[in-house]
Amino acid sequence: MTVSTPSTGSTGGSAEMDRTDLVTLTIDGVQVSVAKDTLVIRAAEQVGVQIPRFCDHPLLAPVGACRQCLVDIPDAGNGRGFPKPQASCTLPVAEGMVVNTQATSEVADKAQQGIMEFLLINHPLDCPVCDKGGECPLQNQAMSNGRGESRFSAGGGLKRTYPKPINISAQVLLDRERCVLCARCTRFSEQIAGDPFIALIERGALQQVGIYEREPFDSYFSGNTIQICPVGALTSADYRFRSRPFDLVSTPGVAEHDSCGAAIRIDHRRGRVMRRLAGNDPEVNEEWISDKDRFAFHYATEPDRLGYPQIREDGELRPASWPEAFAVAARGLQAAGATGVLTGGRVTAEDAYAYSKFARVSLGTNDVDFRSRPLSAEEAAFLAAEVVLRSEVTYADLESAGTVVLAGLEPEDEAATIFLRLRKATMHGTTRVVAIAPYATRGLTKMSGHLLRTAPGDEAAALEALVEHAEHGVDSTAVILVGERLATAPGALSAAVTLARRTGARLAWVPRRAGDRGAVETGCLPNLLPGGRPVADPAARVDAAAEWGVDHLPDAVGRDADQIVAALVSGELGGLVVGGVDPDDTSDPAATRAAIAAASFVVALELRETDVTRAADVVFPVAPVADKAGTFVTWEGRPRPFDAVFSSPSSLPDLRILAGIAEELAALGHGSPLGFRTVVEARAEMEQIGPWDGERASLDGLETAPHTPSTTGHALAAWKLLVDNGTMQDGDKAYRATGRFPVARVSAATYDAHGATLTLTGDRGSVTLPAEVADLADDVVWVPANSGGRGVLADLASPGSRITVTGGNA
Amino acid sequence: MTLTPETYDELRAIGARYPEPRSGLLPMLHLVQSVEGRITPEGIEACADVLGITAADVSGVATFYTMYKRRPVGDYHVGVCTNTLCAVMGGDQIFQRLKDHLDVGNDETTDDGKVTLEHIECNAACDYAPVMTVNWEFMDNMTPESAVTLVDELRSGTEVQSTRGPRIVTWREAERVLAGFPDDLADDGPAAGPASLVGLGIARERGWTAPPSDASGSSEGVADTKAEAVAQADTSRAETETKQEEASDD
Amino acid sequence: MTDVLTPVLTDNWGDERAWTLASYAARGGYTALDKALSMTPDAVIAEVKDSGLRGRGGAGFPTGMKWGFIPQDNPKPKYLVVNADESEPGTCKDIPLMMASPHTLVEGVIISSYAIRANKAFIYIRGEVLHVIRRVQRAVEEAYAAGHLGTDIHGSGFDLDIVVHAGAGAYICGEETALLEGLEGRRGQPRLRPPFPAVAGLYASPTVINNVESIASVPSIIGHGQQWFASMGTEKSKGFGIFSLSGHVQTPGQYEAPLGITLRTLIDLAGGVREGHELKFWTPGGSSTPLLTAEHLDMPLDFEGVGAAGSMLGTRALQIFDDTTCVVRATLRWTEFYKHESCGKCTPCREGTWWLVQTLTALEKGQGTEADLDLLLDQCDNILGRSFCALADGAVSPIMSSIKYFRDEYVAHLTEGGCPFDPARSTAWAGQEVTA
Repeated sequence: MTVSTPSTGSTGGSAEMDRTDLVTLTIDGVQVSVAKDTLVIRAAEQVGVQIPRFCDHPLLAPVGACRQCLVDIPDAGNGRGFPKPQASCTLPVAEGMVVNTQATSEVADKAQQGIMEFLLINHPLDCPVCDKGGECPLQNQAMSNGRGESRFSAGGGLKRTYPKPINISAQVLLDRERCVLCARCTRFSEQIAGDPFIALIERGALQQVGIYEREPFDSYFSGNTIQICPVGALTSADYRFRSRPFDLVSTPGVAEHDSCGAAIRIDHRRGRVMRRLAGNDPEVNEEWISDKDRFAFHYATEPDRLGYPQIREDGELRPASWPEAFAVAARGLQAAGATGVLTGGRVTAEDAYAYSKFARVSLGTNDVDFRSRPLSAEEAAFLAAEVVLRSEVTYADLESAGTVVLAGLEPEDEAATIFLRLRKATMHGTTRVVAIAPYATRGLTKMSGHLLRTAPGDEAAALEALVEHAEHGVDSTAVILVGERLATAPGALSAAVTLARRTGARLAWVPRRAGDRGAVETGCLPNLLPGGRPVADPAARVDAAAEWGVDHLPDAVGRDADQIVAALVSGELGGLVVGGVDPDDTSDPAATRAAIAAASFVVALELRETDVTRAADVVFPVAPVADKAGTFVTWEGRPRPFDAVFSSPSSLPDLRILAGIAEELAALGHGSPLGFRTVVEARAEMEQIGPWDGERASLDGLETAPHTPSTTGHALAAWKLLVDNGTMQDGDKAYRATGRFPVARVSAATYDAHGATLTLTGDRGSVTLPAEVADLADDVVWVPANSGGRGVLADLASPGSRITVTGGNA
Repeated sequence: MTLTPETYDELRAIGARYPEPRSGLLPMLHLVQSVEGRITPEGIEACADVLGITAADVSGVATFYTMYKRRPVGDYHVGVCTNTLCAVMGGDQIFQRLKDHLDVGNDETTDDGKVTLEHIECNAACDYAPVMTVNWEFMDNMTPESAVTLVDELRSGTEVQSTRGPRIVTWREAERVLAGFPDDLADDGPAAGPASLVGLGIARERGWTAPPSDASGSSEGVADTKAEAVAQADTSRAETETKQEEASDD
Repeated sequence: MTDVLTPVLTDNWGDERAWTLASYAARGGYTALDKALSMTPDAVIAEVKDSGLRGRGGAGFPTGMKWGFIPQDNPKPKYLVVNADESEPGTCKDIPLMMASPHTLVEGVIISSYAIRANKAFIYIRGEVLHVIRRVQRAVEEAYAAGHLGTDIHGSGFDLDIVVHAGAGAYICGEETALLEGLEGRRGQPRLRPPFPAVAGLYASPTVINNVESIASVPSIIGHGQQWFASMGTEKSKGFGIFSLSGHVQTPGQYEAPLGITLRTLIDLAGGVREGHELKFWTPGGSSTPLLTAEHLDMPLDFEGVGAAGSMLGTRALQIFDDTTCVVRATLRWTEFYKHESCGKCTPCREGTWWLVQTLTALEKGQGTEADLDLLLDQCDNILGRSFCALADGAVSPIMSSIKYFRDEYVAHLTEGGCPFDPARSTAWAGQEVTA
């Protein structure tokens, strides 16, 4: 239901091709027609011939460096052949060309054997201890295309050796003697990530990959270089020497760290994830993932992982059986009276659906919200009117857009897959990125983007101004990407909608968390039921009630997360069912903690022990994504289902827990059971209920809070860096050490006035950070939202409030 | 040691000679050597800073070219050509003699910091073999004895004249010229050494010359005025690219 | 019949202060520029094309045709780049030319830039020739001051700026695309072709890259006419060129002659091989051109003649080695050079030269067996034509040709357990009172 298939019409992915664009050639005696400009090495793949290669990579520009893919071309298509073997990775096909590979040509075979022999003379024989052994293109191709014995060693040849290994970052290690100098890593860093902090250095036989001695390989995407290294030269501190590839079982998965839905491959052994790799999904992440998606998986095996249900007895939590915990939770919730539901943004769509239905049919309330971060009523209205059920923009559309406007979104930090796709588009020179942001970030610079410098809170005006400014290219070919941070910029989401309507540009909302979009689709909002059914629409309520087989559903629009917190504190609400919520992420961390303390009964569904579980009355251990099947819905609206990697009896999916509580509540005469207990059953029901085909909620008449810019102090801009203190990044020190050093960014004038160390003071406290100059307005300060202490919302300032800046350690 | 604002200005000035400043990186690194006595981390960072590229990229360039030195170079960089022809003509013996005499190995500097000895590749003066260089000035037709005399003079501060060039300046001063900041020595030294003139001498002696000019010359296509010629230049078309394949190598 | 030697480029080298504008102008310097500016650019290209001038940097590609490839409908700026990175072992003609008469080059650059409609030209000079760089820097300065450079040159409306660019030590930058990388401030590693520099060269703009001697020949072609130039040389190798004799001859030096002259004639002019010795082997055009022997003394030194003998005319760098020279030692030293200068980009060159040096080192010491000679040749076979650029082809040239002509000498190293030659006998001072 909730998870509609995105339109593919604009991507032109059809297999139909103009026949004039086809070139016919003969490879190893087999005639094949391929698109013009196809490289011979890939044309050969189409007839089932694998030409060995190292430097070649389909997503990197051809380089022709390793020379492994030499083939014989007796006819280049003009009746004349090449006198010498040619590199098939740089040679485009030609009509009538004849190609003989190693399969049919002795010349090609000898040429390849010769290159292989050269590659091996300086390669160490440490395959038995090399991470790559068993999945190594060099090893494999040496077996298939090389000679059995080394003439170099037989002749007493002296190998090139280096002290090994060297750390090119906290996470990535380089064994130079294994390197075959294909330059895939350096080319990736330059061409794809835009982080050329590794380069070829030295020359000739001593050429090697290196960093500048004082600057590590500082890239959010460094792990991709390990994956595309065709030998074991690049390894991760995390995985090095940990296992053999042939001992691993691989399961495809979907990255859980953002709303991008990157395909990943989870390699595991005896119930433990050993590593994660990028999956290959041309429509989504191509073959790349961020280091967060690759390395941040240890959180699920931290020592504080919950292993059994607990109930509070005599003020202390004690272990309990699942049935007991279900029963105690149900009794407690019944006794607590009115109850709110906070799901957090990490839930799968199926779990989100369960929370949504649980709130409505079991607890009888619309007091449910997935937003565990600063939010607004305007945002809820926007999500109901403009986001749910919509799939107007895909990754491919980002590449074909003339202009992409970013507002309240820093893709490199908050949606890394989008960043890579936008960078690719801008590198092609066809797409232009315009960012409504406080300063030109490193990410924006790498996209050669244009900054519309905007103080936080002023985004609405900046978006409105774009309508009148044709030079920014916001027209029907444009795409506007709005981030979840716009929730706290009054009028900004409405302004984005207006801009899209006026210009014909397409609009998409890019939240931060993997479960956010699925939670919208399944109705984890006070104003939305599953499938985009507006709570305020009686017909929609009747429709949902009918689907669920209940008499009626609560008709009043519910409380949002902030209102739930306030109502718990005031006593209007007594109970709370809370999923993966970190109080420090919320609009008012202290208030959220107070609410949990004030609630008469708290049921917590969590992966690990937290401040919330410590305060809860019943604690249920939930399964991490590796332990359950589910679906994430990307920012595009694209469903990304995945299967369980492990089956672990010690935790259950949220939906199974909610089903258990609902059944006990129903037994107590309170509400209805959910009607499903498994992910499969939940999916079937979601399919059954389907999307709302009635009128959608409208933004018209929405009153947005007036924005009254203050003139005192500094405005605070903040977002979370890709690598930060988020608890789902716990457990890999090397990974965390690759994070960017936290600094406060200020204008040159502020820097000059206050110096290199700044103390920022807001309504919630003070933080002291080193200062760095950026092209910010003089009255704006940027800080990373969660790179120190408990984060800015807990330690510094409330959303939208002003701060004061003083020099030094105050 | 950090570079002075003046050096930064000069680095930027080098970049400004080119349509794209990064083209200036090779001369910029020469300037770094002239200021720092070698390629220092500060120099690499300054180039990266001025050009807006990563220090890794600069480092990749600085380690590719052999004239860039990562260890301090003496006042006089002494090169001995040991490529085949000079080696055969005695370069090997000269190099060995200097290593013994100076008590240094290849690419090492004497304890007094005066002389850095390096065996170099062919320096395009084969008709003067065996060839040496001091701070990239030619020292032609050397012998082990003349080489020893040369380095002794350099170490003792005696002014030394290139056999085909001016008095020898210091390595740092030479690097500054390579950075594109000329000194005033272009007019010193001869136009050509003796070997450069042997063919010419024989021709003069025997009255050999190139033939006289074309009587007619070629006048087709001559524009009436210079301005017209330029106008034609703007509109005319070159041969099509189809011939490009044939031009695959030169 | 033209004279045996035809000094054109070298003609003023003996003049008093030949490098100065005053001296150059006194001989009619920069009058060819006036003539060129009175012609259309296409007419200048046609004149150079008709002259038959072929690139003097080694490969011999017709210069006028190269200019003609510049797509004039390409809106990007056009560039002329002079390859003054003379580094091929044995080659020593451009360096004395630029030292003695830099204005010949500068005038050639202006005319050539006018022909291809370039308003910016670069002279990329190898960094290890300080005084040559001074002279070219000074010549460019003088040319600006005299109005030969800058805006509205000689009132023609044509503008040109020249940048003198010093390299920093890399033989590979003599390869034109590697030179462009160096000129763009990058590692001098060759670029993939296509696109060819004529279409996408410097800054991805149409670019002509020519050798110093090629460009320096242009003023004389324009000044005297294409027929004058074509009247010298042989049918397909027109004009004159500088022949650089070095090594074991009585008077090494520069000899400017029509293409097609023989080595026998040149050695005669140079007073013969060293007293009491015989010619053993020689390179026709630098170390990258296969070695030849005394049997090739009467071969015409033009592109076709040398090609027919299985070598290449190259840069006319005639390195002469007499019978005191060990060919294995010579070959090993060249191979060490190619290993040192390999850029590292492609496998066969980077790893192949590493291995070749080890194999040759052992052979020179008399270690190994005759089978190692076949291994060496097989290594060469796996390198030749397999590498990214021509450097590695050059690297195997001396090895393959020396084994071809002197296999017995390699074997002698093995049978005698070392080198049978005394290196002292091949030195410039051998036989004199002085000893090493």
